[in-house]
Amino acid sequence: MRIGVVTFPGSLDDHDAARAVRVAGGDPVVLWHADADVRGVDAVVLPGGFSYGDYLRAGAIAGMAPVMSAVVDAARGGMPVLGICNGFQVLCEAHLLPGAMLRNEHLRFVCRDQRLRVENAATSWTSAYGQGQEIVVPLKNIDGCYVADERTLDELEAEGRVAFRYVGENPNGSLRDIAGITNARGNVVGLMPHPEHAVDALTGPTTDGLGFFTSVLEGMAHA
Amino acid sequence: MELDTTEVAAKTPDHEQPWAELGLKEHEYDRIRDILGRRPTNAELAMYSVMWSEHCSYKSSKVHLRRFGEQAPHSDALLVGMGENAGVVDVGHGYAVTFKIESHNHPSYVEPYQGAATGVGGIVRDILAMGARPIAVMDPLRFGPMDAPDTKRVLPGVVAGIGGYGNCLGLPNIGGEVVFDPSYAANPLVNALCVGVLRHEDIHLANASGVGNKIVLFGARTGGDGIGGASILASESFDDTKPSKRPSVQVGDPFMEKVLIECCLELFSARVVEGIQDLGAAGISCATSELASNGDGGMHVDLEKVLLRDPSLTPGEILMSESQERMMGVVAPENLDAFLAITAKWDVETAVIGEVTDTGRLVIDWHGETIVDVDPRTVAHDGPVYERPYERPAWQDDLQAASPSSLPRPAGGAQLRETLLQLAAAPNLASKSWVTDQYDRYVLGNTVLAQPENAGVVRIDDQTGLGVAVATDGNGRYTKLDPYAGAQLALAEAYRNVATSGARPVAVTDCLNFGSPEDPGVMWQFAEAVRGLADGCQTLGTPVTGGNVSLYNQTGDVAILPTPVVGVLGVLDDVARRTPLGFRETGHAIYLLGTTREEFGGSEWAHVVHGHLGGLPPAVDLDAERQLGEILIAAARDGLIDAAHDLSDGGLAQALVESTLRYGVGARVAVPGGIDPFVFLFSESQGRALVAVSPDTDERFVRLCAERGYPNQRIGVVGGAALSVDDLFDVDLDELRRAHESTFPAAFDA
Repeated sequence: MRIGVVTFPGSLDDHDAARAVRVAGGDPVVLWHADADVRGVDAVVLPGGFSYGDYLRAGAIAGMAPVMSAVVDAARGGMPVLGICNGFQVLCEAHLLPGAMLRNEHLRFVCRDQRLRVENAATSWTSAYGQGQEIVVPLKNIDGCYVADERTLDELEAEGRVAFRYVGENPNGSLRDIAGITNARGNVVGLMPHPEHAVDALTGPTTDGLGFFTSVLEGMAHA
Repeated sequence: MELDTTEVAAKTPDHEQPWAELGLKEHEYDRIRDILGRRPTNAELAMYSVMWSEHCSYKSSKVHLRRFGEQAPHSDALLVGMGENAGVVDVGHGYAVTFKIESHNHPSYVEPYQGAATGVGGIVRDILAMGARPIAVMDPLRFGPMDAPDTKRVLPGVVAGIGGYGNCLGLPNIGGEVVFDPSYAANPLVNALCVGVLRHEDIHLANASGVGNKIVLFGARTGGDGIGGASILASESFDDTKPSKRPSVQVGDPFMEKVLIECCLELFSARVVEGIQDLGAAGISCATSELASNGDGGMHVDLEKVLLRDPSLTPGEILMSESQERMMGVVAPENLDAFLAITAKWDVETAVIGEVTDTGRLVIDWHGETIVDVDPRTVAHDGPVYERPYERPAWQDDLQAASPSSLPRPAGGAQLRETLLQLAAAPNLASKSWVTDQYDRYVLGNTVLAQPENAGVVRIDDQTGLGVAVATDGNGRYTKLDPYAGAQLALAEAYRNVATSGARPVAVTDCLNFGSPEDPGVMWQFAEAVRGLADGCQTLGTPVTGGNVSLYNQTGDVAILPTPVVGVLGVLDDVARRTPLGFRETGHAIYLLGTTREEFGGSEWAHVVHGHLGGLPPAVDLDAERQLGEILIAAARDGLIDAAHDLSDGGLAQALVESTLRYGVGARVAVPGGIDPFVFLFSESQGRALVAVSPDTDERFVRLCAERGYPNQRIGVVGGAALSVDDLFDVDLDELRRAHESTFPAAFDA
């Protein structure tokens, strides 16, 4: 299974995402921001970082990068797409997911091992988890406060589209403790925490993040 | 105003020049005139004044720093020694590691966020310029008292700046220090260390050789930031349309630097760079003169080809600008197209500004008229060298006589318990998570250990598990009591931290932070510290590979505590064998290695409880440090120990606090017979470590210590939800955690 990892200028966790794909048994494929297509991959990861320096707004310029038109088309066609941290911000800016991220409530960058609850274990990226399962993966960002209007939040809740919630202290002021969401179809998932940093006990706090990548590979194997 | 060309300068010998405002002494200015055989042009004066500054020329420290080279222990691992942008060390499997520490003290006081941010940016470019991929950073920091109003301005800004820049560069921050002392109040120390990795064949050096090779400036455009004295030259023009006050602190753009890193690494791997130099202090002045004087010929530059952010800059300002995120490359003409294609791919602006010549001169033209014509060695290498007078201060004897032995000590369980909690919560010993949680420690996916561990450990090679460990340490109080011993204690602690994590120490970098060299007492501290460090490195077999000197850290007559910060680099053949510091398994035995003596001079206890500084620092025994290191490294390699923590500030008590809180697993210890419980818990004797050993390997571990004749005592056992000292006191881990972790949030969360 070939999983594309997009590198924008300023992407930082692209190598980590590719490594996580490899650890899970997939083949990572390098995609460049200026590419016109996604090279026939089966799924795409938009990694963390500060794409284009997060100038204007986090993820705003990356949302308009050439490769993103191809990613948006593929996502609308059902291809699994995962946005991690800056990638989540890009998915929101590209209107594949609703809402936006503001600066953390305490206005500081925060890096810590974060407990999350998997609220929807039926998406392309979460099927390896149990519904309600708690996992610990790193969280690291300065613009991580998820916001949306009340109606959107109510809709997300009603449709089971809140994919992850922070457990314990809310680290950044995100509304309703939302850490990640999915689209209605369940193929596009975005979250602020970093599952790709929790795939190896030597370098991560846990291996709880591996399930994201095994989920999508498993799903494709049965597709 | 007429352009000040070399021709004009030759014809107007009596033209008044602002050499004093640019920081030059009269005899230095006279020497420049002697070298040139005429007065310097404004542009030449700008170049000489910055390159002959203390910061760039090491004119006060040079005569002492020679010791590091002269006394360097032989090391087969050293591929590039002192004098280049950074030293390079062989770590096996064809890999090499480069690392260096630098200061950005003064800018960080003036403008904490940008000062600290550009400190990170500068050291990262030094590492990049060696041909290496930067893989980790760490930041030893020192501030005035935690409760001082100005510390609440400086510390949060510095931490946010380091995080803002380093996080955006994608470099894990794996350790460092945060220390408070009143002497740093108007002189915070912001030191930054970077580690990079490269293959042996990728080493790049800063020299411009090969006649006809092109000089290429690439990265950010040159602007008016970071210009110190050049604005004085600019103001000569009396031109009201020009911006008169320019910031002297540089402004960083980490996104530009991230792109520059990836772009440079692609240029290196395409083998289209002959020589490379980063632009830091003194900007183009430094890069051109150093590249040319390290090369085999001369250099010609057309300065008007430099891409500018501000078209009103004068030639002198362009030469002195310290705009960040710029690199200068030397490129063979046949590789130029390939070079430009790569910079274009990364959208990095590039200008070919000159070429290597065979004249032996550095000639810089401005629109066809020559404004600089110098022998580059006279700018870059043959600056003034001072043998500054130095003298042991008159107060040194009184200070050493003021022993802490008569200070009232806690007695009995309740008072010892209270002292342990007081120290665990003291600013210098309290948890630094408030700081380090603002740094990304995960990015790149190779961080195996990071703060609060003994040392930062990063993996270099996925296949073999090869990795490196780095620790920085320094103790200004010890160094004030005895500068020679203080520098060795800094070295010993960093060495011990690296060995405690299981790595074999191989090389040293240092950042020597002191007061004014014009004060003979400060100069004595400096000379003694260098002597101590050079002797220590010789004994431990770890050469100094490079570093930085920061002088004039003082306000009025009062200098900072003399603060040599020492970074030690170690190698781990397999990072999976590293030793973490936290206790994990109930039932593991706790051993104390080394000998505990009554040593409280300069201790954290005397500082926190009594505000006392006097006496002598703990005794240094580098042979013991080496033996201890060998045991810890062998034990890690053979899987004999589960956890280890070096003993330093705050002694055994603090090590127990940190080891139990790491994973929330308690410990029960007993004070051995024949030692006073207070001394046992709080002495800062050196050459000691705390180790947790599984029952399965207990016998082998004890045998290992016995074979090497190193003192070891079984003092307790891991387990429970409290830290207990038999017959004296218990502290519940929740209470301990509250004490240890509340200090920083209480001080800095407004």
